[in-house]
Amino acid sequence: MLQGTLDMLVLKTLAPGPAHGHTIAYAIERSSDEVLQVEHGSLYPSLHRLEDQGMIASFWGTSENNRKAKYYRITPKGKGRLSTERSRWESLVRAVTRVLGPATE
Amino acid sequence: MSFRRFFRRRERDRELAGEIDSYIAHEIDRNLARGMNPSEAREAARRKFGNSTLVREATYEMNGIRPMETIWHDVKYGLRQLRLSPGFAATAVLSLALGIGANTAIFQLLNAVRLRSLPVQNPHELAEVKIAGGHGGWGVGNGWIAEVTYPLWEQIRDHQQAFSSVFACGVDRIGWGTGNQLKIADGLFVSGAAFQTLGVLPHRGRLLALEDDQRGCGTGPAVISHSFWQREWGGRDDVIGARLVLNDRPFSIVGVTPPEFTGLEVGKTFDIALPVCTRALWGYPLERRDLWSLIVHGRLKPDWTLTRAAAHVKAISPALFEAAAPTGYGANSMRTWHNFRLTAEPGGRGVSRLRKDYQTSLWLLLGITALVLLIACANLANLLLARAAAREREIAVRLAIGASRPRLIFQLLSESLLLAVMGGALGAGVALLLSQLLIRFISTQRDSFQLDLAADWRMLAFTTFVAVATCVLFGLAPALRSTGIDASSAMKSGGRGTTADRRRFGFQQALIAAQVAISLVLVTGALLFVNSFRNLATLDTGFRQEGLVASYIDFGRLSVAKEMIPAFQDDLLAKVREIPGIQSASTTTNTPLSGSSWTLGIRAPGFEGTGKDWSKFTWIRPRYLETIGIRLTAGRDFNDLDTANSRKVIIVNETFAKRIFGGESPIGRTVISRAEPGYPEMVHEIVGVAKDVKYAALREEIPQVSYAPQSQNPRSGPWMAVMTRSSLPSNQVASAIQRVIASANPQIYVRSEILREMVNDGLVRERTLAWLSGFFGALAALLAMIGLYGVISYMVAKRQSEIGIRLALGASRAGILRLILRQVAALLAIGIVGGAAMSLAVSRSAESLLFGLKPQDPATLIAAAAVLAAVALAASFIPAFRASRVDPMSALRQE
Repeated sequence: MLQGTLDMLVLKTLAPGPAHGHTIAYAIERSSDEVLQVEHGSLYPSLHRLEDQGMIASFWGTSENNRKAKYYRITPKGKGRLSTERSRWESLVRAVTRVLGPATE
Repeated sequence: MSFRRFFRRRERDRELAGEIDSYIAHEIDRNLARGMNPSEAREAARRKFGNSTLVREATYEMNGIRPMETIWHDVKYGLRQLRLSPGFAATAVLSLALGIGANTAIFQLLNAVRLRSLPVQNPHELAEVKIAGGHGGWGVGNGWIAEVTYPLWEQIRDHQQAFSSVFACGVDRIGWGTGNQLKIADGLFVSGAAFQTLGVLPHRGRLLALEDDQRGCGTGPAVISHSFWQREWGGRDDVIGARLVLNDRPFSIVGVTPPEFTGLEVGKTFDIALPVCTRALWGYPLERRDLWSLIVHGRLKPDWTLTRAAAHVKAISPALFEAAAPTGYGANSMRTWHNFRLTAEPGGRGVSRLRKDYQTSLWLLLGITALVLLIACANLANLLLARAAAREREIAVRLAIGASRPRLIFQLLSESLLLAVMGGALGAGVALLLSQLLIRFISTQRDSFQLDLAADWRMLAFTTFVAVATCVLFGLAPALRSTGIDASSAMKSGGRGTTADRRRFGFQQALIAAQVAISLVLVTGALLFVNSFRNLATLDTGFRQEGLVASYIDFGRLSVAKEMIPAFQDDLLAKVREIPGIQSASTTTNTPLSGSSWTLGIRAPGFEGTGKDWSKFTWIRPRYLETIGIRLTAGRDFNDLDTANSRKVIIVNETFAKRIFGGESPIGRTVISRAEPGYPEMVHEIVGVAKDVKYAALREEIPQVSYAPQSQNPRSGPWMAVMTRSSLPSNQVASAIQRVIASANPQIYVRSEILREMVNDGLVRERTLAWLSGFFGALAALLAMIGLYGVISYMVAKRQSEIGIRLALGASRAGILRLILRQVAALLAIGIVGGAAMSLAVSRSAESLLFGLKPQDPATLIAAAAVLAAVALAASFIPAFRASRVDPMSALRQE
């Protein structure tokens, strides 16, 4: 996975509302049509880094299964970061697509 | 990186563990819902999450403080490495401890005599007022703390405006106690404002004040030093008000000075402080205008700088010297007097004979020890390089799997840093010992020094600086070099050193050449100082010093009437002469080579154009010249017919005869000595010419000297100096004299000195320098040789297979030996040429400390180079010989 992409996907997943680690992992896996197969554990350092940067905040709560879980929610700073990351990503994709040209096959 | 997170990271780790548990639980729930059995569900959940330890580690590290963690790890790693090779560690730490210790010890002495301030209030505000350039021996000097006369001090005190207060101070020995138990104490004579100006507060009682010091004062208050109080009163409080008998006069103790205050001279202590006015009680008339006996210090007014103060005292000088002018001198002498100008110099560090005598030597020694340390560093660098070569593969592996080069360099450096810190700590201990030893070395019986050598921030800063500098010196180059390897080729070569060997050998060889060069400088220096000392010690003084004892006899306490003094002296001398085993004895007013001298202006009618209008004057009794061993080349000795009322006669030395009379015979000619206070103008007839002998000091050129009969000495005081010659042991003679005089009258004070010892004591600085530079020179040579031996052995070991091939192809063993030794010779040649150039460049700084040879003495340089070359070849012969014995088959099979 590209460096920094995981951070962007986490922020995107949290944009609609708070979620805990297990949910975030499956949301990323599902929404990317299971293209992005990762070990779910590698998500956690990324969550902690984003929290340290103030992009997301955390609180302990009770999950839908009635289990203790640590929830993360996106902060206003995180929302700003998501939109800049998104536009940067889109321009990167456009640029790469232009370079590659239409598929000849 | 954040410190808050760093300290909270254990808590955060626990939190993460909780999060992971939560994830696993949710995943198990999910798997169970999909129909797995519980153990399957648990396994699958673990797989899905991945390596939980790795996740925790990654997060933990994120919360860490990288550099700090790294340093700690490197230090631990370094310690482990050192523990693996204790021999290397011990060698390194010990050689560093010695090197750093020697440097710090010399620095401590420099700090004590040169840098440290007096323990008084705001020492930087203190200034010393003295004659610019000194009085140059004009008039009569009393000891070496003697820059102004009492009347001149009064003039300064009453007319200066630069200082908020000024004070004068002088030192002298005082006899204390009563009857036969007379002991000698070091007296400090201070004017009333001294303690108050210095800001020294009493430890007990009170200190001297203005009202204690009035001209014409009688006996009164005395202040004692803390050490005297501890020594003589055991620190008891009832000392205040106690009676103290000084030179037979009663004083009462009013106070004790604080322990840190030891007077104004660095390296000296005092026992008793008295008001300066009390000197009059013991025959120093305060109004005497030709007697230098004091130094003057002042505290600058707040808005005055030292420069301004110096200009001020210079400006008021003419009036002051006019008002304090002595009488009884000729016009020439008075012109000199009126040309004297005062100046102000920084006074906060006190006065110090040690500083004056040893400053240059100490800086020089600091340079020498620094060079020795440099050689030790080069050896360590070589050792580390060899170790790095052994770890080459390890380093290559680490580079290959992604360790960054700075990180590796730092890791290797941290090992050197550890060594340096341990060496430095041990070195500080060594320094405390060495500096004490050194002080003991330069203290003599006549003149002992006590220095405050306690560690202070300057010493700590110095040691730290030296330790860090050495670490960088010996650690950086090997670290840079061993990490600068090409990882892939080092790996491919299977750990055998094919990597940049030539380059590394080049570096090691450069180190060896540098070591040889520095050693040459040190060995040359050592030879210079040792030869210089030998020149002085074996100098022909013109007389035989062995068997001579000089006894100073003072009978001032007996109040002998002035006209009776000569008879009293004759009587005492007769008693000394009767001692069995004494071959001859006579008196003199000046003991040769004791450093003191007496000069009078002279005129020889008919021979005035020589420009030599002075002569040393010594008053002697008959047979003095014979006693000391000075032969007369013409004329006669004095005899009992030369009396106070007969014709005034003198014997002159050969230098006098040559300089004043040229080639003509001086016998029968007239010399007129000029008037001085107490010495009226006198006309002398020359009756003899004596062989030249050294006068006041060994280093001095022999001056023109006149000997006159003691019976014609216009100023004969209640004292005498008896010179005896005997073949008995000198100690025995000295105690026999002591006994004889004490049985005549126990109130007479006698101090005997063995002339040979006195002369030796006078060479203490030269001897110290010779010993120390000799020691360090030998040490430097030894260290360089060890380094050379190590590097040659290493090179030979690395080239073993090459040598094997050469031998297999038919090279002779002698050829191999020549091959290696030729390389050594090339290194030596480079080192010696470089060292010779360095020696010539720096030896000039030692010029003032040398005697009887030039700093660029070619013979010394050649000798040093020869010694070094011989030892170097010997050191490298062993590994070279071993190389030539290599068995070609086994050497090749190793490949």
